[in-house]
Amino acid sequence: MSDSRDTTSSAPAESAHSGMTRRGFLKGAGLTAAGTALLDGVQGLTREAAAQTTHGVTELGPGPTSVRLHVNGVEHTIEIEPRATLAEALRIHLGLTGTKVVCDRGVCSGCTVLLDRMPVNSCMTLAIDAIGHQVTTIEGLSSEGRVHPLQAAFVKHDAMQCGFCTPGMVMSCAALLERNPHPTEHEVRHAVSGNLCRCGTYPKIFAATLDAAGATRNA
Amino acid sequence: MTKSPVEDALTAQAAVPVKKTVQMPVGVPDYTLTSETREVPASEPPVWPINKDLKFVGQSIERYDGVAKASGRARYTSDVQLPGMLYAKFVSATVPHAKVVSIDTSAAEKHPGVRGVHVIQHVLGNAELRNPALDQAKYPVVRYAGQPVAAVAATTPYAAEEAAALVKVQYDTMPFVVDDVKARRPGAPNVFPGAADEEGSAGGGGGPSDVKQTGNIHGPSIHKRGDTDQGFKDADVVVEGRYVTQVQTHSALETHGVVADWKPDLLTVYASTQGTSGVREEMAGFFRIPLTQVRVITEYMGGGFGAKFGAGNHGVVAAALSKKTGAPVRLMLDREEEHLSVGNRPSSDQLLRIGAKKDGTITAIHLVAYGTAGCGTGAGCAGPAQNLYQTASLHTEENDVFINAGPGTAMRAPGHPQGAFALEQTIDDLAAKLSMDPIDLRDKTDSHPVRRVERQIVRESDLWKSRNPVAGADQGAVKRGVGLAQSVWYRFVSMGSSAEVRIHRDGSLEVLSSVQDIGSGVKTVMAQILAEQFGVPPSQIAVKVGDTNYPEGPQSGGSVTTLSLTPAVRDAAWQASQKFLADIAPALGATPRDLVLVDGEVRSRSGKMEPIAFRRAAAKMTSSQIAVQAKRIPDYDPKKYLTYGGVDVAEVEVDTELGRIHVRRVLSVHDCGRPMNPAQTISQINGGVIQGISFTLLENRLLDPVYGLMVNPDLDQYKIAGAREVPDIDVRLVEAYLGQSSTDASGIGEAAGVVSIGAAIGNAVYNATGVRVRRTPMTPAVVLAALRAQAQGKEMA
Repeated sequence: MSDSRDTTSSAPAESAHSGMTRRGFLKGAGLTAAGTALLDGVQGLTREAAAQTTHGVTELGPGPTSVRLHVNGVEHTIEIEPRATLAEALRIHLGLTGTKVVCDRGVCSGCTVLLDRMPVNSCMTLAIDAIGHQVTTIEGLSSEGRVHPLQAAFVKHDAMQCGFCTPGMVMSCAALLERNPHPTEHEVRHAVSGNLCRCGTYPKIFAATLDAAGATRNA
Repeated sequence: MTKSPVEDALTAQAAVPVKKTVQMPVGVPDYTLTSETREVPASEPPVWPINKDLKFVGQSIERYDGVAKASGRARYTSDVQLPGMLYAKFVSATVPHAKVVSIDTSAAEKHPGVRGVHVIQHVLGNAELRNPALDQAKYPVVRYAGQPVAAVAATTPYAAEEAAALVKVQYDTMPFVVDDVKARRPGAPNVFPGAADEEGSAGGGGGPSDVKQTGNIHGPSIHKRGDTDQGFKDADVVVEGRYVTQVQTHSALETHGVVADWKPDLLTVYASTQGTSGVREEMAGFFRIPLTQVRVITEYMGGGFGAKFGAGNHGVVAAALSKKTGAPVRLMLDREEEHLSVGNRPSSDQLLRIGAKKDGTITAIHLVAYGTAGCGTGAGCAGPAQNLYQTASLHTEENDVFINAGPGTAMRAPGHPQGAFALEQTIDDLAAKLSMDPIDLRDKTDSHPVRRVERQIVRESDLWKSRNPVAGADQGAVKRGVGLAQSVWYRFVSMGSSAEVRIHRDGSLEVLSSVQDIGSGVKTVMAQILAEQFGVPPSQIAVKVGDTNYPEGPQSGGSVTTLSLTPAVRDAAWQASQKFLADIAPALGATPRDLVLVDGEVRSRSGKMEPIAFRRAAAKMTSSQIAVQAKRIPDYDPKKYLTYGGVDVAEVEVDTELGRIHVRRVLSVHDCGRPMNPAQTISQINGGVIQGISFTLLENRLLDPVYGLMVNPDLDQYKIAGAREVPDIDVRLVEAYLGQSSTDASGIGEAAGVVSIGAAIGNAVYNATGVRVRRTPMTPAVVLAALRAQAQGKEMA
């Protein structure tokens, strides 16, 4: 993942390594649940959107507005309503359908993506709150046609059945290995304790993640 | 040109069936392996040896679509986006029982994003009145909160949601009942004004239609063998108990849904389904168009567990809206609709009595069962009682109880987790009463040769050896226990199952079938079969499935897929290889009978010719492709090996102060004929065990008695097992050769863990505490109540 990030971002990229709490991260990132959002001087908005400025603040919505998102190392400009979730922006507007929406209320982690390096539920994150952050989706984990070692380990251990939870599982485990390259099985279970799998593939997900960690250690 | 043996055989078979006699491996290697004679059609391929002597089949080859799934490339129905696609949203009933007086769609139609509105005239899924005239209503009667009433299609999901909220439905509400015990009482509100029946789907489920109905009680359906009165008189001991299990929802991660694209000549339906062919058939029937004008596609499917068969209300409505609007329409259910309206595992309330002689011989089994499948039927759960043990006499009564809740449907081993929960705990009680070892008792009464081996494996396991035969012997608040239970399922063959194998002149190979891969990995297995036949790596085989343009494969329900389809795939591959050798023989200056295809090479039996690589030999084909379609032939000996199953052992810790049950370890010993891909089979068994634990300890559909609504239609309050609830699972896969087909595969989905683990946990809890918990989910409150009742010297009601 690229280290360059928008300087307006209020979420430190280091947060993933500093043991910061989820609550603290959400607060720091300015994530909001409001339908209409007020954003001050955010550079991720395009010129057209910024033209709506009144009283010195940028007022968005309820209609579609133009925003810039950094996804998998590429900058995209899309027209979305401010109420659009990051999951919707990725799936519907960018065609990145590897991110799955399962419960649509933040309890199953099927929609997990990385915001900078922090795993978040993209169904509970407004797309406009991803402005200025580096978003990594399951499609962005592999590069130049080469699968990420964790994805390779998932295949090797048959850590999937129907496969619908798999992208979210991989993202949660990838985030774990970033902050803790040598996890115990207990730590893997903890990392995916929010990820639901109905086929019951968990044991092989633990094995795959531990195996991938071992491969990293030996590399 | 000389004909190949296969063509000879095929020609001859057209006139007189030609049989050949073969020797096949039968039994369990290291235990009971022997060989049996079978008479099979002469066109059948040579008999495969057991797995250890095969190169690709029977090996844990990596999942065919593993990388696609792990990298997010796999495209599921919910991922399909077509140009101009509209988003549809249901308007669902907000009350549990009512006649719909009026539906006003005018405000919705004026919403700027709306392109079409559809009012439902016939609801699918609910039981249907034997006399439909009894309803006397303009619109379908609402029988549960959440029943779809209408739908809108709009340009965005938001617009669809907003417009759906603008549809005004006026209800004339009726008295309702959502408690199955109350629904059985005289005077309870009737869910139906007369007798009503629900047919099963391709996944099973559904109830009998030849039974009486009294109020909300649809039944009994009675099954008898021998005289149970005499059986109980002959018994030295009698054990009995009342067992209650809850309603469970399938909760597949991908909800039900379709994208329907109606064009004048072709309706294309992208469907999240377990049966592409069934969706096609129902769509064609519903819209009265030929099968040729419906194409159903299921590239990837995000879980079904028995609930995803047929067109469904969502499918029919999406197609109707697409026809109306001229645009493709996406209708995926939301999580709440998924819980409410597309099926569930019915509850059970069973009174089971078993009589036996002192030596363990069972003289009588008597079961009276009630259960609710909401406004559907299919709560029968007598399968295990009828099929697991030998008994001198048997009497089972199954009753469906209608309540105002969404209709049940087939769910992984319909009826069997419920039935086994009662049966296997009662058998354990019998063992305790007879002071017999639970395995010895089962050896006495269960004659299945493979389960006998499986029990032997359990008997020799460290986990079973660590069991203290004295129940409740542990001191302290947290007590450890070990228990076992058995499962049974049936060998169903889907006879229409077909596949086509194509050899191309560039040496590439493909196999095609409309079968859908629902996560069990049938694509991988199909590739393995071709790899074995042609001697090329499975990764080089192109597998094309999930499309009704291909030859019709099985629908995936009742564990039929692998055992039904793989022989057709192998037969097609074998026959294609024989055609191929006949085709290239002249160019090689050889006779077809002298050529064989081994390890990716064409070789001469007589040694007259140097071996030539398959790819180079293919270049000599006289046409661009050789294609052979084959269809499943009947089992070689259809009267044999009708059931299979397994034995599960659970180790639990019961906190007797907090009532919490922790499942620490599970030993799961299962058979599925020839395991085609052990890694994938083990994945399914892990899944069965985990789903079974989830059912036993956590899941519960809660209905509010005052409003008749489900109070937990989500995935946070409807709790399914997560990573922390998963024990260490040790799967022992038993190779059990049956000599039944050219692949000799069986199924695993139903028998795997999910049937037996509930009772295994129950027996382990009894072993830990000396107290029997006869109710699921075994929440802390239920466990504490059972402990308290025991302490007070009475049984829990």
